[in-house]
Amino acid sequence: MPLDQHNVLSVKNLTIDLPRNADRKHAVRDVSFDVAPGEVVCLVGESGSGKSVIAFSVMGLLAKALNVSAGSIELEGEHLVDVTEDRLRELRCTRMGMIFQEPMTALNPVMRCGDQIDEVLQEHTKLSSDQRRQKVLDMIEQVHLPDPQRMYSSYPHQLSGGQRQRIMIAMALILEPVLLIADEPTTALDVTTQAQILHLIRELQSEKQTGVLFITHDFGVVAELGDRVAVLKQGELVEFGTTRQVLSAPQHPYTQMLISSVPRHEPPDRKPLAHDAPVVLRTEKLKKQYFSFSLGKRRNVVDAAVDISVEIRKGETLGVVGESGSGKSTVARCITWLIESTDGKIYLSGDNIAQLNSKELRKLRRKVQIIFQDPYRSLNPRRTVGQSIIEGPMNYGESKADAIQHARELMELVQLNPDGLDRYPHQFSGGQRQRVCIARALAMRPELLVADEAVSALDVSVQAQVLTLLEEIRDRMQLAMLFITHDLRVAAQVCDTVAVMSKGRVVEYGSAKEMFQNPQHEYTKALFEAAPGRDFVFGGNPNSM
Amino acid sequence: MSPIRYSIRASDTDMSDNIISEESAESVDYSHQPSVWSRLMRNPSVIIGGLLIALIVSLVPAAPFLTPLDPTDISPRNRNKVPGFETIHKDDQGNRYTQVAHMGTDKLGRDVFARVIYGARVSLMVGLLVAVIAVSIGLFIGLIAGYFRLVDAVVMRVMDGLMAIPAILLAIALVSLSGATLFTVIMAIVIPEIPRVVRLVRSIVLAIREEPYVEAAISVGTPTPKILYRHVLPNTIAPLIVQGTFICGSAILLEAILSFLGVGVPPEIPTWGNIMAQGRDLFQIYPHSIFYPGIFLTLTVLAINMLGDGLRDAIDPRMSKEI
Repeated sequence: MPLDQHNVLSVKNLTIDLPRNADRKHAVRDVSFDVAPGEVVCLVGESGSGKSVIAFSVMGLLAKALNVSAGSIELEGEHLVDVTEDRLRELRCTRMGMIFQEPMTALNPVMRCGDQIDEVLQEHTKLSSDQRRQKVLDMIEQVHLPDPQRMYSSYPHQLSGGQRQRIMIAMALILEPVLLIADEPTTALDVTTQAQILHLIRELQSEKQTGVLFITHDFGVVAELGDRVAVLKQGELVEFGTTRQVLSAPQHPYTQMLISSVPRHEPPDRKPLAHDAPVVLRTEKLKKQYFSFSLGKRRNVVDAAVDISVEIRKGETLGVVGESGSGKSTVARCITWLIESTDGKIYLSGDNIAQLNSKELRKLRRKVQIIFQDPYRSLNPRRTVGQSIIEGPMNYGESKADAIQHARELMELVQLNPDGLDRYPHQFSGGQRQRVCIARALAMRPELLVADEAVSALDVSVQAQVLTLLEEIRDRMQLAMLFITHDLRVAAQVCDTVAVMSKGRVVEYGSAKEMFQNPQHEYTKALFEAAPGRDFVFGGNPNSM
Repeated sequence: MSPIRYSIRASDTDMSDNIISEESAESVDYSHQPSVWSRLMRNPSVIIGGLLIALIVSLVPAAPFLTPLDPTDISPRNRNKVPGFETIHKDDQGNRYTQVAHMGTDKLGRDVFARVIYGARVSLMVGLLVAVIAVSIGLFIGLIAGYFRLVDAVVMRVMDGLMAIPAILLAIALVSLSGATLFTVIMAIVIPEIPRVVRLVRSIVLAIREEPYVEAAISVGTPTPKILYRHVLPNTIAPLIVQGTFICGSAILLEAILSFLGVGVPPEIPTWGNIMAQGRDLFQIYPHSIFYPGIFLTLTVLAINMLGDGLRDAIDPRMSKEI
């Protein structure tokens, strides 16, 4: 077909089988889409939707247990499904390149970055070593890395995450392939770095007219980058169209649900707090330093958190927002006493808990409970959900029968079946486990609930449900909540007040509504500016949120 | 390693995570996942190794039924007889009877077959005891060292010191101090083995103590001993079972080496090492008294190591080479 000649990539009726013991038959079923030169096509879907499987099948990197059972993949008209391994190796890098989510593991840690890019040229070109070196340096410059000579001779661990991803992009694009596959390349990066990398991909791609297949779960990124977007649900393509069309006026109910689950960037109107609501948590100049000792002497002092003074009242949610390494988790861990603070005061309902011995601490501990990020690791896989929930209350002398009765009530509160108490964590999905973790925290009847990136590992639709649940619980039980997140959209949805942290310090602290409308500090502004798809108006049915 | 997951979770993506009504549809059915036991039963090295060990272990109770001879009976007339030789013995009533020496006799006329079969007792006991003692002590020290960082620095230096002691030198030292007994031999093998177990346990504990579920237990006020017992200890069991089998194999081997060198179990107790040691002088003329115990020793250690390998693959599939 003449139309296909134009396309860089065309995937037709692709079906990929899963091994027999998987929970569904096909990883991907009957998926068709194409990528034109100079076009960015985004593949969007939640975890398990088969988007990475498609990318790997194009690159010929599918795991042995998976195989293409029907359909075709064509790269510039050449069939890729039955092609020999040698031909595939030739095509990779020369005609198609790929970048991965985690640049640290995708780069060889014991090889200089320049040599890794050079390897591509050695394999696929007949250039002399001087020519190759020049070409690599040019490419490093094109991906806007400072000081190309130094970058050439650096090892991956000497570079930041964003710089490493730039090296990966340089490696993927040095032979000017017609197709670039990007598998969640910005998911592991901070929002400001993500914005830069997205910008870079856009720039190089339009310059070289590369077709890009961009895999992501983030609709903000889609809005920022995509020309067209394909939405996958459990291996099936449910919607394919231009970005504007799909995001503003989604047709399929699943797409509508997904898009309406994307938290809005503007804080909704919230009930103002009662003026006399008691202060549950107040920190005064809280400080945490890490020391590295060498031969008994303090060598390095790292200020993980400095002069943190915040306040949370009953029924209020304080959001702590910042990029990785900003110290937000350190604050959460000091407050929950998982680590000891170096200096400063932490008042919990009036008692200073910063410097306590372990006996006094134990009494106060139950007042502060924490929910962690990773629902797969925060429950002991060898203990039933019920055992995990009643562990805390029984530590404080509650009888087993009472604790179980309370656990059953809590399971209903977090909208899980109380009979699930006898099951093990692996029998629950990620969202359900996070609900169990919430129930475990609530079983202690806390006054302050700390959520440390509690929804970051969840898919967007589940994230929306867990956020709603957290809000309901906070209102019903009149809890104070400390909500740690890197995601501004999430913070906008749930927080009454927000503290923005950078390099261990709070740079801006105030009401969420005001801050999102009119950020004051430069860093806050930069952070807001970098949020992908911030100006895009998402469609979908707003009532379902 | 391919970054693709083999089994895809029942997704969170169902439009309703509205769970009370959708519980059955939402929760993952793991019934198709083979249990550890069925994985064990499908692993050929577990089956072969297990059967061989069962066979060798059955020699312990069965020895008196397999041969009427006493492994320590000296018979000067029948010295150095080749396998298949018919020897004449007296029973309790003084009646003479002939007995075929399946594996020949040694230089004191003792029946090698009886010695090899009775020797299994000592060899297996040493292997088992060393594994149990080393694993128990190592587990205890490893848990403490891994969880309490202050203790760690001190304990691990002591362990480094212990690791530097060669088992054979230690055995010679212990034997010269307190005489050659089974106890000394076991101690000599256990002591250098402990640091290896400690290191293994400690490395697991170091990883587990950072797990969010351990932190969650801390924040719900669980006392430290309970955390160690409930949340940390169970994670060490599977690797320890595997490590235990390897220790058992190497202890049997080491016991044989020590006995062969003459610093092990006293020579009157038949062990595979002792039998070989006594056949050493005449090895070129009468190889049988080294050959047969050697075969039993090799088979036993091979079987134990096969079982260990299989256990590792079945218990911890990530370490298996097949995936």
